[in-house]
Amino acid sequence: MLNSLMSYLGSNVTPGEANNQLWALIYVLIIFAGVSVAVIAMNWLERKALAHFQVRLGPMRVGPHGLLQPIADAVKLLLKEDIIPSESDKFVFWIAPLIGLLAAFTVYTVVPFGPSQAVSDMNIGILFMLGVSSLAVLGIVMAGWASNSHYPLIGALRSSAQMVSYEVAMGMAVVSAILMTSLHGAGIYGASNLSDGTGTLSMIGIVQAQQEQQVWFLFKFFPLGLVAFVIFAIAMVAETNRAPFDLPEAESELTAGFHTEYSGLRWSLFMLAEYAAMIAVSSIAVTLWLGGWMRPFPHWLSGSAWDFIFSLFPGLTFLGLGAIAVRGTLRMPKHEYFRVQTIGLGAFALVLAGIGLLLLAIAIGAHSSGREAIARAADAMNNIYWFVTKIAVFMYLFIWYRATWPRYRFDQLMKVGWKVMLPISLGVLILTAIVGVIA
Amino acid sequence: MAEISTLHYLVVAAALFVLGVIGVLTRRNVVIVLMSIELILNAVNLNLVAFSRMWGGLHGQIFSIFIVVDAAAEAAVGLGILIAFFRNKETINVDEIDLLKW
Amino acid sequence: MNPAMTPVATPFFFYFLSGLAILGGLLVITRRNAVHSALALIVTLLAVAGLYLMLYAPFVAGVQIIVYAGGIMVLFLFVIMLVNLERTIKERQFNRIWPVGLAAGCALLALFLAVYAKGKSLFPEQARGLAEGNNTQQIGEMLYGNYMFAFEIASLLLLVAILGAVIMAKKRI
Repeated sequence: MLNSLMSYLGSNVTPGEANNQLWALIYVLIIFAGVSVAVIAMNWLERKALAHFQVRLGPMRVGPHGLLQPIADAVKLLLKEDIIPSESDKFVFWIAPLIGLLAAFTVYTVVPFGPSQAVSDMNIGILFMLGVSSLAVLGIVMAGWASNSHYPLIGALRSSAQMVSYEVAMGMAVVSAILMTSLHGAGIYGASNLSDGTGTLSMIGIVQAQQEQQVWFLFKFFPLGLVAFVIFAIAMVAETNRAPFDLPEAESELTAGFHTEYSGLRWSLFMLAEYAAMIAVSSIAVTLWLGGWMRPFPHWLSGSAWDFIFSLFPGLTFLGLGAIAVRGTLRMPKHEYFRVQTIGLGAFALVLAGIGLLLLAIAIGAHSSGREAIARAADAMNNIYWFVTKIAVFMYLFIWYRATWPRYRFDQLMKVGWKVMLPISLGVLILTAIVGVIA
Repeated sequence: MAEISTLHYLVVAAALFVLGVIGVLTRRNVVIVLMSIELILNAVNLNLVAFSRMWGGLHGQIFSIFIVVDAAAEAAVGLGILIAFFRNKETINVDEIDLLKW
Repeated sequence: MNPAMTPVATPFFFYFLSGLAILGGLLVITRRNAVHSALALIVTLLAVAGLYLMLYAPFVAGVQIIVYAGGIMVLFLFVIMLVNLERTIKERQFNRIWPVGLAAGCALLALFLAVYAKGKSLFPEQARGLAEGNNTQQIGEMLYGNYMFAFEIASLLLLVAILGAVIMAKKRI
């Protein structure tokens, strides 16, 4: 077993390609832990950011600046009484959140954090992601039906109708991005040194196509890539039932929709599935249009000097976060009731700064010493950092949308999905094909 | 037993097909009859894809894609008919849908 | 075939997936509650998609998951919820002539197995094999090449099915 552990470290393919089950399992566990931490952080960030948007402070008591609030929430949910409606179908009631969770977490098998930092690189990667994320609808439908009550049923039917409608527009936008992997265009859009190659559905292949064509698909065939990206961005907000498309689960409309009757741990599974699905569709958007794990300006600012500067970003980010935490510590009230919080925040600041220094050391070490292992580690760190940063931007946008925009009424929602998004996405698809081949 | 050959897949497909046939012939609930028809179509698809691998060509897979498309169309229309009938007669049992009986 | 692409632990996955598929099929035809049957059918569809992956047909597996498990089963669940009557769960589930149906099914199975046993020599031992690398690209080339006419007719069929389903389910035409 040690042999199979060590033998993988020297290779530069994903564990799926290298047929190494042990490392695939390790990657799966790392992704699982990472997504769980991301969901917890997202929960905290949502409450704090929404509060600051609404000129209030948000949770401040539980930990320093509410940092331990998600943990307190998790403990509360775990200890709550598990209420099952008496006339409900117990088996379906039990299995509905699990199906949502399964659909949300299985897509992480093909999410590419780097050219070899993925669990496996299926050659139908994007098809797999679209298909498995469409299984989440089943979980919602069953949750609404098993609750044996009006509001959850209506909420579930509305939610699943909305998800199915926006999946169509999503699929069309994705197909037009896939077209760009093989079409190089001509005329003003052409890259003369490339001929029309073979496209690919694999996630790593899509990012590598962007790397070869030296353009993020967002800017390719301008404005077609941009319109396709905007359609996908809107459709993914509707797909995950987030504001402004969250009528099915809004508290003031349908008393929490399909998860009304769920309490405690089961409700937290729904919340986990929702945030994990948000991260998953954001990763699709990042991979297809935003260049995946590539750093910004890989070709305009190229060369090893610029590579080194951009590789300092991970360490500097964590050092910056640590500096913000230190500032927060220094501004804590100087009262003995706040002693524990001050010490906690100071320790958190030290941890962040320590991680920042470690990443800086890796980056500087890779630049100056040039040893194989450190260079590989720095590569992995850079890839993962830029990928996660782009996803973090999308997560912040999700929260921003929720704070800013009013809710769509359900018939307006369906009208937008079928009468606006679908024709535009079809038009973009056809125009992309025409521009790519004829132009 | 060690080498999974085409015959293994054909036996699985035959079992699914027979389960679907028994479902169609035996059940009273129309929705379950329609689901058994989907089972039959899946068994046929599995057969086609297994043979496609055996002969090394892709014709079997393309045929199975068309069968999936066809199953979707048929399920949609069949369920539409069921809804229309249910609105009239308030029943979903196959042996009570007998308006054309003499 | 590229050794990196050969499936791993094939007998285990084959028996697991086919057992799951057949178990799902059994549950579909025996459950009293239509929603449980639909869930069992979803399990069967996903297991069959796994079998397609083992048969070097990744695109068909993707189509199966997206269209069948993600589309058709949602449609089935919607309709089950719409026509759900409380009394259907307490009524008789099987026909009056169910032994005949069961016997016919068993006879059919016996026929299949007899045919397979007799013709076992016709199946070559080693399958000719398919390359997994560009399965999607080859399917695309064939669909838009040899099977273009069938492709267009399939799209027409879907259009007619959409119209038919909408008209059938409308309250006032």
